[in-house]
Amino acid sequence: MPAVTETREAVEKLGQSSYKWGFETEIDMDLAPKGLNEDTIRLISARKEEPEWLLEWRLSAYRAWLTMAEPKWAKVSYPPIDYQDLHYYAAPKKKPGPKSLEEVDPELLRTYEKLGIPLHEQALLAGVELPEGEVARTPVAVDAVFDSVSVVTTFRKTLEEAGVIFCPISEAVKDHPELVRKYLGTVVPAGDNFYAALNSAVFTDGSFVYVPKGVRCPMELSTYFRINARNTGQFERTLIVVEDGAYVSYLEGCTAPMRDENQLHAAVVELVAMEDASIKYSTVQNWYPGDENGRGGIYNFVTKRGACRGARSKISWTQVETGSAITWKYPSCILQGEGSVGEFYSVAVTNNHQQADTGTKMIHIGRNTRSTIIAKTISAGQSDSTYRGLVRVLPKASGARNFTQCDSLLIGDQCGAHTVPYIENRNMAARIEHEATTSKISEDQLFYCRQRGLSEEDAVGLIVNGFCRDVLKELPMEFAVEAQKLLQISLEGSVG
Amino acid sequence: MNAITKNPKATLQSFEARFDTITDQTRKAALGALHRVGLPDRRVEEWKYTGLRFLTETPFAAPAQTYDAAQVQAELDRLGVTHGPAEALPRLVFVNGLYSAEFSRKPASAEVSFFAQTKSFGVQACPDRDPLTALNTTLAQDGVTLSVPENGDAGHVLLISIGQADAPVSFHPRHAVALAEGAKLSLTCIQAGQGRYLHNPVLEVSVAARAELQHVTVQAESDDAASLATLYAQVDEHGSYNSFVLGLGAALARHEVHATLAASHAQVHVNGAQRLRARQHGDLTSVITHAAPDCISRQTVRNVLDGQSRGVFQGKVLVERIAQKTDGYQMNQALLLSEQAEIDAKPELEIYADDVKCSHGATVGALDEDQMFYLRSRGVPYAEARQILIHAFLEEALALIPDETARALCSHIMAQRFPVSGEEA
Repeated sequence: MPAVTETREAVEKLGQSSYKWGFETEIDMDLAPKGLNEDTIRLISARKEEPEWLLEWRLSAYRAWLTMAEPKWAKVSYPPIDYQDLHYYAAPKKKPGPKSLEEVDPELLRTYEKLGIPLHEQALLAGVELPEGEVARTPVAVDAVFDSVSVVTTFRKTLEEAGVIFCPISEAVKDHPELVRKYLGTVVPAGDNFYAALNSAVFTDGSFVYVPKGVRCPMELSTYFRINARNTGQFERTLIVVEDGAYVSYLEGCTAPMRDENQLHAAVVELVAMEDASIKYSTVQNWYPGDENGRGGIYNFVTKRGACRGARSKISWTQVETGSAITWKYPSCILQGEGSVGEFYSVAVTNNHQQADTGTKMIHIGRNTRSTIIAKTISAGQSDSTYRGLVRVLPKASGARNFTQCDSLLIGDQCGAHTVPYIENRNMAARIEHEATTSKISEDQLFYCRQRGLSEEDAVGLIVNGFCRDVLKELPMEFAVEAQKLLQISLEGSVG
Repeated sequence: MNAITKNPKATLQSFEARFDTITDQTRKAALGALHRVGLPDRRVEEWKYTGLRFLTETPFAAPAQTYDAAQVQAELDRLGVTHGPAEALPRLVFVNGLYSAEFSRKPASAEVSFFAQTKSFGVQACPDRDPLTALNTTLAQDGVTLSVPENGDAGHVLLISIGQADAPVSFHPRHAVALAEGAKLSLTCIQAGQGRYLHNPVLEVSVAARAELQHVTVQAESDDAASLATLYAQVDEHGSYNSFVLGLGAALARHEVHATLAASHAQVHVNGAQRLRARQHGDLTSVITHAAPDCISRQTVRNVLDGQSRGVFQGKVLVERIAQKTDGYQMNQALLLSEQAEIDAKPELEIYADDVKCSHGATVGALDEDQMFYLRSRGVPYAEARQILIHAFLEEALALIPDETARALCSHIMAQRFPVSGEEA
């Protein structure tokens, strides 16, 4: 696979180690003082000019958080986090919008360039005010989160014509308070778990999507998340509400600059699908995983949950997890509506000293609900990777159906791959099937590829991509290409 | 394994009266561990699905030295060990955890000694890690140690426990089985009884190089009893430990196995079946550790759950870094027969070696409608058709028992509990 050499070259050009997107943008930041208390929360809320009810909600979450203990059940280990030693708010300083790309902070543009964002999209991202009536051509709408505050949202006009709301959640609080108030915290309550409570208390920004009845969102919605300033925990909050018969596909791509100190990231994503609605949520997560010796890297403690509220609704999670020093993430589906469908497709790759504990929860509440879980785990180096998943069938979920397949691939004898499924069934008319395998790359396959002239690394890349095919094919096209490259970059140096 | 009970002493109140007289160092250490953490509650991951409220509801006294011999005899007759092919087998009978010479017949080709005399706590059991082992270590009174000498064949031996309780008692027998190199033994443990009691045995098994142990456990305790057993097994090079547990009785049951494949080419089978009804709770938990290369582990477990019963299966296969070329397979299947029955399964793989072949599977479902239809359309009545299918489902698991006599005992005791005609439609 030539992609490996290509990416290798690209990495060398950057003059950095193997992390392709390790760079830091130096622009003016507006920081809140370190530490977390009610004053910090009031400050965040005031800065964002939030209504009283939201402040109260934040404070109640904070009070719940104070009574909670950090979860310890995941198979990850890290030094204790000092939650008082973090900045909880960082926003680029507000300046009037630039008139053209030349006026944009060149550091910011360079960041986008390294991320591979096309030029005309960069202009939109940097807040260049387009002449009246001009519409950009890319069919992807981007809501870029540049450390906590969405810099700008593109394509809003096109979306508005279709009736779709796609904006930073802080704006949604001002422009559509009735929608935000109706749905915020209904899928992941403020006191749901330690990290979700923390997020509810201090979230700074994130995306809000609302697709009205019967509307098929005309384009893929996309967010680039980046963590930037030193020592800022990032706490995005995403809320996606899809009304009866509507459809949306949402892409979340993540890269982060390289740095030494561990960074905390505790996002919350809530999805609501009403009758016959369908949400496809795809993630490529490539945050800084730390160096070869396990120094640095992002702590990724995320709560993602979707509620299939209406009959025949569908939520599909697809994730490619290659980054972060520690991943703690379980995108889940609450299958409430009769005949609703939950899907989870995941590829998790760990290398060097990365640790990942990830999986899903499928809670079958309604009749004839169905769920599918396909999880592929690849461990290399000295990393540990765990699939942890729950399938729960409640007494009313007659005719519920689940199929789970977890496959783990080990590359090298210093890594670990673990599978921890929980199956809880309280309905006799439900059918659950689970299978899991763990193996190494087959000698036969490797021999076959090598014999046809592929280098060992290329052969491994090819086999790994084949191993992940069931998941990668679920990704939107442009993401799938990026994901394939990511897999190979992540595994570089693990062979031979 | 950090129990986080707020008041560990409170959970041990049922046994408190018996702790005062303890002087032995090993027991004191175990009691210390117990007092530190208390009995585990549901917040402890290993006890997520099984609560121990049963133990905290009533105080459990130490059993009396005397027993009702006629009842023991009746019990043995009912279990089918006093007639048929099992009649001639050597047997060691314990009543309320104390050895009964009267009903026993020692095996000729194995050495037999008793815990009451030797007070040996073995080497594998972990009172620090496993609270029920700590409880056993603290209160153990008797138990048997069976040793089979090098290349000896001790044939088939029965180890029978009968519980008799007018008022709640608890007994904590400490058993051990040691097979020297090349030795062979087939051991069948049968647990039964009447009344409300706690049976908390610990069994330590060591299988030396090339030795072979076949081990069947039939748990048919009183419907008011709790049966909380912990078993430790260590298997050496080319050794084989082939076990099967049949869970039928008790209000609350947990059979926990810690098997370690300690040297290359060792083999373990940790198979089992449960058939529960009414409000029974049955938990089959196992941890199979591959600590050496080229070993094989196999596990097939089947659950049939009726009434408001709850079945739990927790099976962990741990493959250590050194254990290359491991071959591990695990399958757990459950059949739910009623609207209120519940199954909780957690098959777990923890793997640190890369050249391994490990897989597990789990299925849950109701009786197959097509199969029912097939039988009904051929004139088989509903209840009988159901019975045939349940039987077929369990038979596949029972077929894994190599010893014919042991298998026949399993079928006999199960048939007694679930007579074909008595099954509800």
